[in-house]
Amino acid sequence: MAVRNLSTQRSLKEMVKTFGLPRIIIVIFLITLWGISMSLEIPFGQLLSDTLVRWGMNGVLVLAMMPSIMAGTGLYFGLPVGIICGLIGGLLAIELNLTGFAAFFGAILFSLPLSAIAGWGYGWMMNRLKGSEMTVATYIGFSFVSLMCIFWAMAPFKSPEMAWPIGRGLRVTISLAGRYEKILNNFLSFSVFGVMIPTGLLLFFLGMCLLVRFFFTTKTGLALKASGENPRFSSSSGVSVDKMRIVGNIFSTILGSIGILVYSQSFGFLQLYTAPLFMGFLAAASILIGGASIKKASITHVLLGTFLFQGLLVVALPVANKVATLGSLAEISRIIVSNGVILYALAQKSGE
Amino acid sequence: MDGIGKEYHGNRVLSDVTISLKPGEIHGIVGENGAGKSTLMNILFGMSVIHSTGGHEGTISVDGEKVSIRSPLDAMTLGIGMVHQEFMLIPGFSITENIKLNRELTKENPISKVFGKEMRTLDLQHMGDDARKALDTLDMDIDQWAKIAGLPVGHMQFIEIAREIDKTNLKVLVFDEPTAVLTESEAVNLLQAMRAIAKRGIAILFITHRLQEIMDICTSITILRDGKLVAQKRQEETSIYELAELMIGTQVGELMRHPNENLAAKPVLLSIRNLKVAMSGEEVKDVNLDIHEGEIIGIGGLAGQGKLGIANGIMGLYPSEGEVTYQGKPFALNDTIHALQTGMAFVSEDRRSVGLLLDSSIELNIAFTAMQRQHKFLKKLGPVMQMDKKAVRTLALNMIQDLDIRCTGPMQQTRRLSGGNQQKVCIARALCLEPKLLFVSEPTRGIDVGAKKLVLQTLVRLSEELGLTVIMTSSELAELRSVCDRIAIVTEGKIAGILSSKDSQVEFGLLMAGAKHGST
Amino acid sequence: MEKSLHNRVPRKPSKERLKSFFVNNLVTILFLVLCLVGLRLSGLSLAFYLNDIVSRVARNTFLVLALLIPVLAGMGLNFAIVLGAMAGQSAIIFVTHWGIGGMGGILLSVAICSPLALFLGYLTGRLLDKARGKEMITSLILGYFANGVYQLFFLILVGTVIPMNNEVLVLSSGVGLRSSIDLSGGLRYAIDDVMRLSFPLFALYCAIGMLVLGTYLLIKARRTGKLEREKHYIVLLVVSLALFVWSLITSLSLSAVNMVRVPLLTMAIIAALCAFTHFFFKTKMGQDLKTVGQDPHIAEVSGINVSRRKIQAIMISTLLAAWGQIIFLQNLGAFSTYGSHEQVGMFAAAAILIGGASVSKATISHALLGTILFHTLFIVSPLAGRNLFGDAQIGEYFRSFVAYGVIAVALGLHAWKKLMQGRKK
Repeated sequence: MAVRNLSTQRSLKEMVKTFGLPRIIIVIFLITLWGISMSLEIPFGQLLSDTLVRWGMNGVLVLAMMPSIMAGTGLYFGLPVGIICGLIGGLLAIELNLTGFAAFFGAILFSLPLSAIAGWGYGWMMNRLKGSEMTVATYIGFSFVSLMCIFWAMAPFKSPEMAWPIGRGLRVTISLAGRYEKILNNFLSFSVFGVMIPTGLLLFFLGMCLLVRFFFTTKTGLALKASGENPRFSSSSGVSVDKMRIVGNIFSTILGSIGILVYSQSFGFLQLYTAPLFMGFLAAASILIGGASIKKASITHVLLGTFLFQGLLVVALPVANKVATLGSLAEISRIIVSNGVILYALAQKSGE
Repeated sequence: MDGIGKEYHGNRVLSDVTISLKPGEIHGIVGENGAGKSTLMNILFGMSVIHSTGGHEGTISVDGEKVSIRSPLDAMTLGIGMVHQEFMLIPGFSITENIKLNRELTKENPISKVFGKEMRTLDLQHMGDDARKALDTLDMDIDQWAKIAGLPVGHMQFIEIAREIDKTNLKVLVFDEPTAVLTESEAVNLLQAMRAIAKRGIAILFITHRLQEIMDICTSITILRDGKLVAQKRQEETSIYELAELMIGTQVGELMRHPNENLAAKPVLLSIRNLKVAMSGEEVKDVNLDIHEGEIIGIGGLAGQGKLGIANGIMGLYPSEGEVTYQGKPFALNDTIHALQTGMAFVSEDRRSVGLLLDSSIELNIAFTAMQRQHKFLKKLGPVMQMDKKAVRTLALNMIQDLDIRCTGPMQQTRRLSGGNQQKVCIARALCLEPKLLFVSEPTRGIDVGAKKLVLQTLVRLSEELGLTVIMTSSELAELRSVCDRIAIVTEGKIAGILSSKDSQVEFGLLMAGAKHGST
Repeated sequence: MEKSLHNRVPRKPSKERLKSFFVNNLVTILFLVLCLVGLRLSGLSLAFYLNDIVSRVARNTFLVLALLIPVLAGMGLNFAIVLGAMAGQSAIIFVTHWGIGGMGGILLSVAICSPLALFLGYLTGRLLDKARGKEMITSLILGYFANGVYQLFFLILVGTVIPMNNEVLVLSSGVGLRSSIDLSGGLRYAIDDVMRLSFPLFALYCAIGMLVLGTYLLIKARRTGKLEREKHYIVLLVVSLALFVWSLITSLSLSAVNMVRVPLLTMAIIAALCAFTHFFFKTKMGQDLKTVGQDPHIAEVSGINVSRRKIQAIMISTLLAAWGQIIFLQNLGAFSTYGSHEQVGMFAAAAILIGGASVSKATISHALLGTILFHTLFIVSPLAGRNLFGDAQIGEYFRSFVAYGVIAVALGLHAWKKLMQGRKK
């Protein structure tokens, strides 16, 4: 009997290990909060619609973590770089007075070459920083954001929607109303049982996931995956590991720029200046919650992680409001959860 | 001190070894790689590897008293010191600081009176004096305050020794392959210093594979093989030949194929001249070798001598230089792609960290190199090349059948396979490149006896059926002798000689121990 | 002595020495130039600048010095001094709540924050020891994480779980602290105001002290025959003599510089910390930490308990940060409850790197020089931005760009150098 007990204990431990402690805590937490919200008679349909919207709008940003992790450069803390490229694309689309889908896809198109170049430079730098990628990347991201603040403040955009009425430079947030606000969210959207399904948004997100999935079945994609998993194996097969790391970072940067455009159209605003600063951490936390590590990630991790994390944030706010009218609780839980998860991942033994 | 008696028995690595040391004695320990020398030393020093794996059997006694050594600190207090093979010196520190590492002399100050010993200040004056004394014992006229960084390698060895001498209670000093990194004259100096230390009544354990050095300075010698004590000899009652024979043993593996006698008639496939490879720990200094078409040539030698560097260098995995002619044409070194495209394939000695993608499927592991380098198993989709899943699956299933890879299916992660089956996956990956020349390094390392035979049989079969030329590098002489036509022995980065598998054990032993340079 | 001379590496030609000096101190020299240009563009008067820089140096140096010991132990820049700062800040909040001001309040704050900081430091040390090789990013994220916990405590728990009746501090809803706290009438200037001295007089005393010290060292060097050090001491003497003359003249003149008041006790505390750090490096514990920093493997083999030493290093660092934050806040006088500790780690790291430190080497003089340079930039950049671009905001952005950028560049260079060294081997 005692022996059996021990073995079940051990298998439970094993299960916790494979599923990841933070993931278990968050699932339990999420279910509890859902339970509380039901008992507080917060409309569950509304919660679910919100979760779906935020799942779709954050998903691509989280997806941007994946190529970088797979290529062996760790969590993509350079995400602000990609985000800024996307924002510039978004601004150009407005400056050229585009609207609707033309504006959205135009924005993506404009941002592509920028993010490809930025991603290449970023990857080139990462190759010179092997071993301390994440720390330096964080600060490269930070300094790039503040450099761009200077740019925003002096940018020569003319459109009255974007520039301050007096003086120079761009507004802090730029409304997309009448441009491409919620263009994906509203595309083919419908509602079932009081749950709004943002069809276009979800389709776009899943489409991007499929694209990434497809990429990892191509020759380049496989070489990239192998380079991340075992650089020595790759180079013994004649694959240039450094080149693959650059490819991975270009891909991450491009996904980051598309990601912010998806995010912005749903949010309704382009957020400039210091707004991109911490987005990298949130995206990193999401994929880690999904079960990824700083060395391994999959589409499932992206889908699951984003859903859990966003679901938690969506439900935390109304619950907190009902329990005690404290708006900041949601923000605080976001800080604690996201950074806690990253810490947990970092404290794991690297490698095996 | 009247002798240390030890008896170990554990994990088949080491069984029933007894060594006793008298003060002032220099005792040599010889043995091939894996003979159990390092395990023995780990036990003597109470390394955590020993205790985290269940301790050891037998007993150790110092001065007739039984002792239990559970940590390096215990060993230190008992007066057992070690001069490490890789230097335990901190380059940014001065010689004195290194000699007194974690044994610093300290003095009181007002703060330490409140906060305790850890806040005592270092007594640099006395530390320097002690270091000076230790250096003087070794006839080193070097400034005790000079930084380690920038000193010649030979000096570093002496500083390690000075550190041990400085320990007042030093009784036994272990030298682990101390001459491996030294030049000849430095080695002579070192041996002299060892004699001087022994004269002061300190017993020395000298581990080396250089039999000549053993004969030069040891008074008694222990020979280990496969974790067992083979013999213990007095210096005057043995010879270098006897030591070589004892070290290698007389076991001969089952002959799996008859050596090809008329190799010279076959054209030369690969000709290596003055090859140098910068692979740390397995440096190749100057190798000349001709390989004939269709032969299986073995490359043997002790660990660290450079045998592994040859294959790694030609495959472009480590920076190398020299002139290599392949199929009659000059061959570009430092270019893995070129090597792979001209029909070479490599099964690495380091299966887990070079040979496999441990978290990926068997089929991806097998097809990867061919896919990347020869564009096989791909289909075109516009501008992109996608993996042709069907073709890869067919390939994998064929390989699994052909090589008898025991697995749950082609999608199984290679991490979950046994060592022998992992090795077969590596061979399969090399084979699907359809190579003309196959490098196989340490093909049977870390796999069990049954699987060993299977892997070797596979190699023999491939060479016979496909006419493959195989360069097989291995530390296991018996294994080389059972399949190879010729065996080149590498010592100190050079080919010491090429022997036929029919030659006697002593010949091999002497070549490996660097005691004789055979004719090429 | 002859022996020692015999084995010394021959000196490089002076041209090459100059070049390597420039390369090795690139960041610092660049910054010096930047500060001078900024100073000129800002059009600030010397007195105004001195006034600002003295108060900023007094306020920040202690926090920067808190970074030194973990660097020594090879753990890189400890961005998690934020946790220490939180401990100090929490203590100040409670002491303010109880209405205890002056020196008594400061001592009480120190008494409260010390055990808390040691406890947090212990936890941080444990975590960083687990995340070996990733210490810096972990300490950075830990800072953010701890900030979340801090907010949870003071924004949610205060007033709900922890009773605190204080109309001034607590929000009108009764839950959570207000976003800024005023220390005037309480702890404000509690250390600074103990004794103040005009800047020229302060400089005069410093110069006299340096003269005495320099002469003593020079005589000692002459006696023991360490001739090469002689030059340094002579330079020191010349500099202090110049300072002496300048301060004497200024103090007798009617210059506005005489209005600049130096908080003497604060400076003395900083000097004491410098002396302690200097002493610490020479203790057994300091030597052990140095060993751990240089090569943890060798340290382990020679019997040093590496984990324990690393945890101790972080504990000391966290404790110093807590005290540093108290000094910081009493000088500031009023602070943002949820913001003023956030960037402590980042600013301290930027300062020490600007001073010429790297991830693996940092000295007291790096910390001092770096603090002065970094804060000079802080003072001048908004003004320079306004004068140059007509927008003070741009100067602000430039400032944070420089802070982040300096860290990125310094860390990047270090990683790159390490990689190149690895290749060479």
